[in-house]
Amino acid sequence: MIKTLLAQVKQYKKATILTPIFTALEVFMEVMIPFVTAEIIDKGIEAGDMDQVYLYGGIMIVLAFLSLVFGILAGKYASTASTGFACNLRDGMYENIQKFSFSNIDKYSTAGLVTRMTTDVTNVQNAFQMCIRIAVRSPLTLICSLSMALVISLDLSFIFFIGMVVLGVALIIIMGSTTKIFNKAFEQYDAVNADVQENVTGIRVVKAFVREKSETEKFRKSVTKLYNMFCKAEKILAFNSPIMMMVIYGSMIAISWFGAHEVVSGSLTTGELTSMFSYVMNILMSLMMLSMIFVMLSMSLASARRITEVLKEKPDLTDPLMPVTEVKDGSIEFDHVSFAYKHGTGEYTLKDLTFSIQSGETIGIVGGTGSGKSSLVSLISRLYDVSSGRVLVGGLDVREYDMEVLRAQVAVVLQKNVLFSGTILDNLRWGDENASEEECIEACKLACADEFIQKFPDKYNTWIEQGGTNVSGGQRQRLCIARALLKKPKVLILDDSTSAVDTATDAKIRDAFKNKIPNTTKIIIAQRVTSVMDADRIIVLKDGELNGFGSHSELVKTNPIYAEMYETQTKGGGDFDEGGE
Amino acid sequence: MTRMPKGKVTMSGDIKRQFKVVARVLSYMLKNYKFAFLVVVICIIGQTLCTLQGMLFTQRLIDDFIAPMVTNGSTDFGPLANALLQMAFYYGLGIIFAYAHQRIMVNVGQGTMRKLREDLFSHMETLPIKYFDTHAHGDIMSVYTNDVDTLRQLMSQSIPNFINSSFTMISTYISLLVLDIPLTIVTACMTGVMLYTMTKLSAKSGKYFYNQQKDLGKVNGFIEEMMDGQKVVKVFCHEEKAIEDFKALNEELRSSSEEANKIANIMMPINNNLGNISYVLCAIVGGILALGGYTGLTLGKLVSFLSLNRNATQPVGQMSQQMNFIVMATAGAERIFALLDEKSEVDNGYVTLVNAKEDKDGNITETKERTGIWAWKHPHHDGTLTYKKLEGDIVFDDVDFGYDDKKMVLHNIKMYATPGQKIAFVGSTGAGKTTITNLINRFYDIQDGKIRYDGININKIKKDDLRRSLGMVLQDTHLFTGTVMDNIRYGRLDATDAECIAAAKLANAHGFIKRLPEGYDTLITADGANLSQGQRQLLAIARAAVADPPVLILDEATSSIDTRTETLVQEGMDCLMIGRTSFVIAHRLSTVKNADCIMVLENGRIIERGTHDDLIAQKGRYYQLYTGNKIGE
Repeated sequence: MIKTLLAQVKQYKKATILTPIFTALEVFMEVMIPFVTAEIIDKGIEAGDMDQVYLYGGIMIVLAFLSLVFGILAGKYASTASTGFACNLRDGMYENIQKFSFSNIDKYSTAGLVTRMTTDVTNVQNAFQMCIRIAVRSPLTLICSLSMALVISLDLSFIFFIGMVVLGVALIIIMGSTTKIFNKAFEQYDAVNADVQENVTGIRVVKAFVREKSETEKFRKSVTKLYNMFCKAEKILAFNSPIMMMVIYGSMIAISWFGAHEVVSGSLTTGELTSMFSYVMNILMSLMMLSMIFVMLSMSLASARRITEVLKEKPDLTDPLMPVTEVKDGSIEFDHVSFAYKHGTGEYTLKDLTFSIQSGETIGIVGGTGSGKSSLVSLISRLYDVSSGRVLVGGLDVREYDMEVLRAQVAVVLQKNVLFSGTILDNLRWGDENASEEECIEACKLACADEFIQKFPDKYNTWIEQGGTNVSGGQRQRLCIARALLKKPKVLILDDSTSAVDTATDAKIRDAFKNKIPNTTKIIIAQRVTSVMDADRIIVLKDGELNGFGSHSELVKTNPIYAEMYETQTKGGGDFDEGGE
Repeated sequence: MTRMPKGKVTMSGDIKRQFKVVARVLSYMLKNYKFAFLVVVICIIGQTLCTLQGMLFTQRLIDDFIAPMVTNGSTDFGPLANALLQMAFYYGLGIIFAYAHQRIMVNVGQGTMRKLREDLFSHMETLPIKYFDTHAHGDIMSVYTNDVDTLRQLMSQSIPNFINSSFTMISTYISLLVLDIPLTIVTACMTGVMLYTMTKLSAKSGKYFYNQQKDLGKVNGFIEEMMDGQKVVKVFCHEEKAIEDFKALNEELRSSSEEANKIANIMMPINNNLGNISYVLCAIVGGILALGGYTGLTLGKLVSFLSLNRNATQPVGQMSQQMNFIVMATAGAERIFALLDEKSEVDNGYVTLVNAKEDKDGNITETKERTGIWAWKHPHHDGTLTYKKLEGDIVFDDVDFGYDDKKMVLHNIKMYATPGQKIAFVGSTGAGKTTITNLINRFYDIQDGKIRYDGININKIKKDDLRRSLGMVLQDTHLFTGTVMDNIRYGRLDATDAECIAAAKLANAHGFIKRLPEGYDTLITADGANLSQGQRQLLAIARAAVADPPVLILDEATSSIDTRTETLVQEGMDCLMIGRTSFVIAHRLSTVKNADCIMVLENGRIIERGTHDDLIAQKGRYYQLYTGNKIGE
């Protein structure tokens, strides 16, 4: 995992290496300074020798200046390295996501990916900066201060070791008992989050049923639980700094006592004793810092894991070695096709489908929820790979084509389709980057989108908000169809893409398809029987199996599922206007 | 999607604003924990004093005890032991103060966070629907988590640290003044330089942090949009362009966050080393003074002064460290307060809904128990009360409405529904069907005209009571975490299990619930993700059924459920509508066919109205919709 992450340091390797070097130099200077301070007092002031004061004062200023320069350089490189690393991590993830196949995408939620690329990266960035800066600083300070202390007085240094052991044990106990509580607290945190989310999205229900008070009560309980857990953990953490103070002060007193004896016996100078005091501080503070880093690192570990997951995710569809770059025509053939979203589970979404469609045909697909309609069409443009059998387009197995070529020729209007922020023209040109405005208008006319676009004040330059929220559902669907048409595909698949378009416009679109693009194979998935009635042939799916395949008039007579659907929708149960938002 | 408040970034304005926000956080904390916080402040001061006392002792240790012993050659450690015991006492006291402060602060910090979250939530529940329409849901949620979290740091560390640092500084300066005045001036000058650099730097880093947050917001928004449409990106082979756009934004974020971090990182070394320089200056000036004997400065005093000098400069460094946190926390705090400052739904209603009994003469009296009869309790200016039986008679009188004042969505809506009638709305998306129903329960307030409910202007009815009298089945059925039973009971909290089951039976939901692994006790997770769309709708109908309201608002689902479930939903809705005034946003023939009146809406106006047969005979828009014939454009 660490290796995968570190591979993303790339061009910031220099800064990453320079940071600890400069930090180390800074630390050396810092450690030297108390030493010099002792000399100022001992040799200068106490001895009443001003020249020594100037000399060591001068040395100290030089050291301070060097320490400043190194400190600034270290800070600067640390910032460059860590922010650059974070930038590369985001780039790396984003680029890998672009290589994802549909089944890779299905594994992650949008919110999950956003968190990974923002919060998680920030966590790792901070941990990384910590590592190259403070993680170097603390042990170094520790080692340097300790060795200086050892140089000054071996006996007195022994006190440090006792202090360190006491502090270490205390820290381990505190950490150990809090981590468990914190883990539980974070679960409760998720629950609080879920409460808020529920209320934000379902606010209309809350208000309609006048449940504001009971919801607030519910939330209060959940927050109190969180409060109790955090308090419990933090109460233990509150011992942290008193314990540290205890150890530091204890060491101070011990050093004062034993130090005094040594000074009196002449084996230690007073200046050296003062220096010892600063080393006590340095050593124990750096221990504290180390424990903090440890906590930070373990917290960012979860983030690191989530990032690595995305970075390491292998796209499960690959182009063939010698890809075919031309799709002959729009004929489609399913040859004993079975398909499962999760390989090896045996839960097949499609079971042993065999049928063929001629180029230019219009095919309707109907069936209940979960009968496999969307899965069936997604195999045609190879959004997923079949589990067994073959799907042929233009007479060749889809796995033999270059994916980009195949998808350019097989246009899918997805069920969950989105527009992106940008003008209408920008959005349309997703289908064909080089399309002229006339071509775009032509496509929109076909999809019955031109009529409403012309009513916008800015016409084709109308700005579409993120997700297309400023156009109605029906308008959005028609724009998505137009966008797909601009690809001039050999196969056009509409996956429930006119559900929000009124029946009349729906009919008009189908009419336009029939007359204007007769050579394109059209596959239409719909819940409304009226949308598929006039197709050349209709596929009826049930539980992933082919239940019927024929024209409307045949199916009404021979297929009970289709007949029932037709019956309920036209004689009193169907919908007749356009489905709304 | 930007995470930062809007407005111009001016340096002085920024600091002033941040100061205000911090002050508000502080006053929020004080509101509930005045005493506790006072104790904390006392503890911090006590802790600082004890530490200082200990430090002074260390100085005296050499001058008063060790040095004399060295010169006298005495080996009597008695006085030293005494002194050390005193020192231990002060240190011990300091430790107790430290623990007390930390311990109390846990409750203050966490308690304030809990209070904030509760206040946020209960205030959020009072906000008008419009607020939720105009704010991204993710943004609202992040106020509860990210933003409240940043305050923790502010409350439990930054504020105590500030108090500590400033008090250390003040008390150190007093000690310094006692020791020597000229040297104190030297130290003060250096501290001034440090403070100046610190404010300059933190103002700068504040600006960069602002930019970083802004750029982060942009990247966040872009990722969200693209990830949401990732499948579309794939289908259109648009990957390269998507990467290119992302890289540009990502680079912007990198450079602004590099700047921000750089300044934050160099703050510490600059302060430390300015402190070192201050030390040397004092040593030299002090040396000259002491050796020259110009003032009363002795060498011993100078040594004490020098070690205290550290104490005078270190707090500046600590404060500058905290500045970074404060800058970040204020951004979060501003968002919290923005939510808390949002205006609640206005409710000037005074007519309330009560359970009632009706005697033989038709007189209505109020009762406590549920009778199945409700009445509007109407207080008058002269102090008298009148009761009016709830019938479900609704009249729209020339209603105009727009989501904002500039653009009207509904025009001159006139309609009436007498008790028990079924009114259907039909028309294309965006025609205003849902909007009309949202006006009845006052999710939105009308701009002009009047809506009367049993002859009472709905503005006079208390919103809660108005909504309680209306049942709603929305197209987006939102379910809540809890069991199936809990979700049905959502309609009426005091309903018994038997009543809930009866409601489920009425709504046709009983069948599928029985088949769930744990029946009515099955847990519903994440907005009912473990149920199908149709099953969720059945539950929503049951939920409305258990509330047993006299008036119903139904939004029929469109086509995304399969035929069989659809029939069940249909029947459930039909059962629910029997005997109630119902407003239905209709998508099905059966619904409109037996409606008492159909309103055909287009562009916010009622263009046709009448029964199914009337409208068919008119051969207008309804006829076109119904027959699916082409409309001449």
